[in-house]
Amino acid sequence: MQIQLNGTPTDIPAALSARELLDRLELAGRRVALEVNGEIVPRSTHPGYRFHPDDKVEIVHAIGGG
Amino acid sequence: MNTAAQSINQSADVFTVAGHGFHARLLIGTGKYKDLDETRRAVEASGAEIVTVAVRRTNIGQNKNEPNLLEVLPPSKYTILPNTAGCYTAEDAVRTCRLARELLDGRTLVKLEVLGDQKTLYPNVTETLQAAATLVKDGFEVMVYTTDDPLIAKRLEELGCAAVMPLGAPLGSGLGIRNPYNILTIVENARVPILVDAGVGTASDATIAMELGCDGVLMNSAIAHAKNPVLMASAMKKAIESGREAFLAGRMPKKRFASASSPIEGLFF
Repeated sequence: MQIQLNGTPTDIPAALSARELLDRLELAGRRVALEVNGEIVPRSTHPGYRFHPDDKVEIVHAIGGG
Repeated sequence: MNTAAQSINQSADVFTVAGHGFHARLLIGTGKYKDLDETRRAVEASGAEIVTVAVRRTNIGQNKNEPNLLEVLPPSKYTILPNTAGCYTAEDAVRTCRLARELLDGRTLVKLEVLGDQKTLYPNVTETLQAAATLVKDGFEVMVYTTDDPLIAKRLEELGCAAVMPLGAPLGSGLGIRNPYNILTIVENARVPILVDAGVGTASDATIAMELGCDGVLMNSAIAHAKNPVLMASAMKKAIESGREAFLAGRMPKKRFASASSPIEGLFF
């Protein structure tokens, strides 16, 4: 199954949870936020959250800015 | 230092944003530093309690072990003020704030800025008003960057913004407070904190903003682009305190002609 991950087409297993995706990206436990198709996916729901084909997935973090 | 001055510096003189009290009236941005260590040292030297951050995509698969900004400036120690820099529409700004709230465990304090064009980075006031209304309704505490227009500043206050932050000059320009009379009018009209955001170039600019009665100043480039950012952060801390004390002290009236400080009486020639 293909999703758009931070703007890049990315293949993931269909059953992968949001939590597992973050684990694979070595982002579990880091301070990031997840958005799918413009909607926030709260951290507490990551373990049970499943993606759909062509989902636009954004993972963001805080960086230096004024 | 006498007791009265001490009480102004250290305890009594607090400014409050959305129910949170702060002693430091210098707020600083964390962009444009050489590295995270310089960022940390500048923040420490500035004495800032509130620091702004930007929200951006993570670099997937890169720099996995690189320290994260919020590990260097932990939210347990600093009030993190996520901004909506780079947003040109109300929709993008609102979306950025919602991501920031998720990122910061539900914290609702945000710096709203909606820009008009890349050359001037001037605030797009109509989009800013729209975004402010949506965010306030959604429970955010909005510190809003805007023009130095007193009517718009008041309108943003009426919409429920927690603080209004007019520009002194364009973002990153270092041109100083170009329209002190507008800033003064905004301060005089306001019931929420007014902070100058954008335009400060050097310490005297920050002092001028505080002497006008602003509650604080938010800056980034003036520190980060100084030849010695950490030293400039220290200078800005003093400039802000100096301007605040001068404002509280109340300056002498201006006079056109001289007024001798030494008495005429007792002259021996």
